[in-house]
Amino acid sequence: MKSTRVVRSPGGLSVRLDVRAALVVVLLLLAALAASVVLIGTGDFPISAGDVLKTLAGNGNAGQEFIVNELRLPRVLVGLLVGASLGLGGALFQAVTRNPLSSPDVLGLGQGATAGALVMIVLFSGSATEVTVGALVGGLATGLAIYLLAWKQGVHGYRLVLVGIGVSAIVTAVNGYLLTVSDIVDATRAVVWMTGSLSGRDWEQVWPLLGLCAVLVPLVLVNARGLRMMEMGDDVSGALGVRVERVRALLMVAAVLLTATATAAAGPVSFVALTAPQLARRLTRSPGPNLLSSLCMGAALLVTADWASQRTFGADQLPVGVVTGVLGGVYLLWLLVTERRAGRI
Amino acid sequence: MLVDSPPEQRAETAPAPPTRRAIRAFGLLLALAVLVLVALASIAIGAKELSLEQVWHGLFQDTGSYGDVVVDERLSRTALGLLAGVALGLAGAVLQALTRNPLADPGLLGLNAGASAAVVTAITYFGVTSLSGYVWFAFAGAAAVGALVWFLGGSRSATPVRLALAGTAISAALYGYLQAVMITDEAALNKMRFWTVGSLASATDSTILQVLPFIAVGSVLSLVLARPLNAVALGDDTAKALGADLNRTRALSMLAATVLCGAATAACGPIAFVGLMVPHVVRSFTGPDLRWILPYAAILSPVLLLGADVLGRVVARPSELQVGIVTAIIGGPVFIFLVRRRRTAQL
Repeated sequence: MKSTRVVRSPGGLSVRLDVRAALVVVLLLLAALAASVVLIGTGDFPISAGDVLKTLAGNGNAGQEFIVNELRLPRVLVGLLVGASLGLGGALFQAVTRNPLSSPDVLGLGQGATAGALVMIVLFSGSATEVTVGALVGGLATGLAIYLLAWKQGVHGYRLVLVGIGVSAIVTAVNGYLLTVSDIVDATRAVVWMTGSLSGRDWEQVWPLLGLCAVLVPLVLVNARGLRMMEMGDDVSGALGVRVERVRALLMVAAVLLTATATAAAGPVSFVALTAPQLARRLTRSPGPNLLSSLCMGAALLVTADWASQRTFGADQLPVGVVTGVLGGVYLLWLLVTERRAGRI
Repeated sequence: MLVDSPPEQRAETAPAPPTRRAIRAFGLLLALAVLVLVALASIAIGAKELSLEQVWHGLFQDTGSYGDVVVDERLSRTALGLLAGVALGLAGAVLQALTRNPLADPGLLGLNAGASAAVVTAITYFGVTSLSGYVWFAFAGAAAVGALVWFLGGSRSATPVRLALAGTAISAALYGYLQAVMITDEAALNKMRFWTVGSLASATDSTILQVLPFIAVGSVLSLVLARPLNAVALGDDTAKALGADLNRTRALSMLAATVLCGAATAACGPIAFVGLMVPHVVRSFTGPDLRWILPYAAILSPVLLLGADVLGRVVARPSELQVGIVTAIIGGPVFIFLVRRRRTAQL
C-alpha cells in the first residue's frame, strides 16, 4: 500500500494525505475516548460503560448524573486536555530544538511551573487556585526567560536547549531549597503536586485549558508546514521560503503556553511530553513532527495511566504522575530490548 | 570526514603547536593554584572565621586548640569537596564524550536516580537513618543502574543514543518509585528532601575513606581513556578505521563514570550540574581534545564545588545553604553566559 495518497478537489486544490498517519490519529482518538469512558466508570462507585454513555447523553438517573457530570467528567476532561497539550508541546519542542530527547522538563518549564507552585505552597500556604496561578506564572516566566536569554540575532535550537538546561538547574535548586525550608505538611503537599495528579480537578480547570487548546491547536497545525521544512536546517528551509525565525517564535510561544497551562492544571506529569511524540512517530512510521498523532497519543496515554493508577492502587491513592513515570520508563526499556533483538537500533 | 574538517578539528589528531601547548600547560598550573587558594578559603571561612595563621597551625602543628578542632572539621569537609569535585568533573567529561551528547551528565544515564532510589529504599524498608549508612546503598544503586544501562544499551554493541535512552527510561521508572515512596512515607520524604539537594556538611573521615579508593581508581581510568575517547569523538566508522577498540573504550568509560558518580553521589547526595557544566566551560577554551579537557575538568570542578560550598556558608550565616543549591545558582548564570557569548564548541 502506498503510504501517501493525493486527494484532488474539482476546484484544482490538492492535499497530500498520509493514510497511515491519518489512520493512527483516528485510532488513537478512539482509544483515548474509550479509555475516558472506562475511567469515568472507575472509582469507589463503579458505573458500567453503557451507563456512562447513557448518562453523558443525558439519560442517566440523578445519582449517576451527579457523579459523572460533576465529579468524574471534569477530571477526565482535564486528563485528556493535559495529555493532549503535553503531547503536542513535547512534539513541538523536539521538532524546534531538533533533539529527540528535549522536552519541557529538560528545558526547565516543568521546574519553572513547580517553582511558582512551591512558592505559593511553601511561602504563602496558598489555596488550590493560587497554586494553579503560581504555576502558570512560573511556567510562562521561565519560558520567556529562556527564550530571551537564548536570543542572539535569532534563536538557535542548540543554544535554546543549553540555556534551558542552565535555567532548569537554577530553578531546580530553588525548588530544592524551598523543600528544605518548608514544614513537613507543606512538603508533602508540594511533593504530591510535583508528581502530577488529576485528583480533585473540576470544571474550573477545564475551561481555560479547553479555550487555550481551541485557539492554539489550529494555529500550530497551520504553521506545521514550515516546521517540517525546518528539520532540514535553518539555511535550507530559509532558502525554500520558510520565515524560520517567525515560525519558530510562534511555535515556541504556543508550546510554552500549552505546557505551562497543562502543568498548572495537573502538575508536571512526567514523561508524557517526552514519550508521546516518540510513540506517535513509531506508530505512524513517518518522519516529520507528527503533531496531530502526538497530541492524540498524549491524551490517550494520560487517561490510560490515570485509569491504571486507580485500578491498581485504589481511588486517589497514588497520583497519575507516578504511573506515567513508571509505565513510561518500563515501556521504553521494553522497547530497547525488543528493538535490539530485532536489530533495528 | 578528515579531509574536509576545519583546521581546529584537525588539530586534534596532529599535536598542538608548542606555544599553544605551553599556554595550556601554564593554564593548568594556574588552575591548580586557584584550587589551592579555594581549598584554603574553605578551611578558613565559615560560621567562625580563622586567620591563615590559625589554618596553618591547625594543618601542620595540631595541638588540639579550639582553632585546630575547627580546622579538623573543615578539613574533612574540604577533602570531600575536592574528591567529589574531581569525580563529578571527570565523570561528566567522560560521559559527554562517551555518549557524544553535550547534555550527558550523571542524571542522563540514570545514576542519580539509582542512588536516590537505593537511599529511599534504605530509609523506608531497612530503617537506615545515618548518613554514613546511606553510602553503600547509594553506591550500590548507582552501580546497579550503571550496569543495567550498559546491558540494556546493548553492552558490546552499545551506541550513544541507546545508552541515553536506557538511562532516561530507568530514571523515569525509578523516580516514579521514589515519588510513590515519598508520598506514602512522610519520614522518608523528610530525609530525602535534604539528601537530594546534595551537601558536603555531613563529611566524616570514614565517609571519605569509604569513597576514596573508588574515586582514585575512577580518576586514573578516565585520564587513561582520554586518547581512545578522542577517537570515539570522530564517529564510529572513522574511529574503527583508525584502529580504535570502540567496545573496550565504551565499556571502560561507562565503568569509570559509574564508579566516579556513584562514589561522589554516595558521599554527598546528587550534586547537580557540576559534571554537566564544567566540561562545557573547559571545552570553550581547550577545544575538543580530551587530553586537555579531562585534567582541566578535574581541577576546575573542585574549584566550583568548594567555592560554592564556601559561599553557601557565608550567605546564610550562621546557618548554611547546601552546596548543591549554590552550585546551580551560581553555575547556572555562568553557564548561560558562556552559551551566549560564543558558539559552544561542539563535541
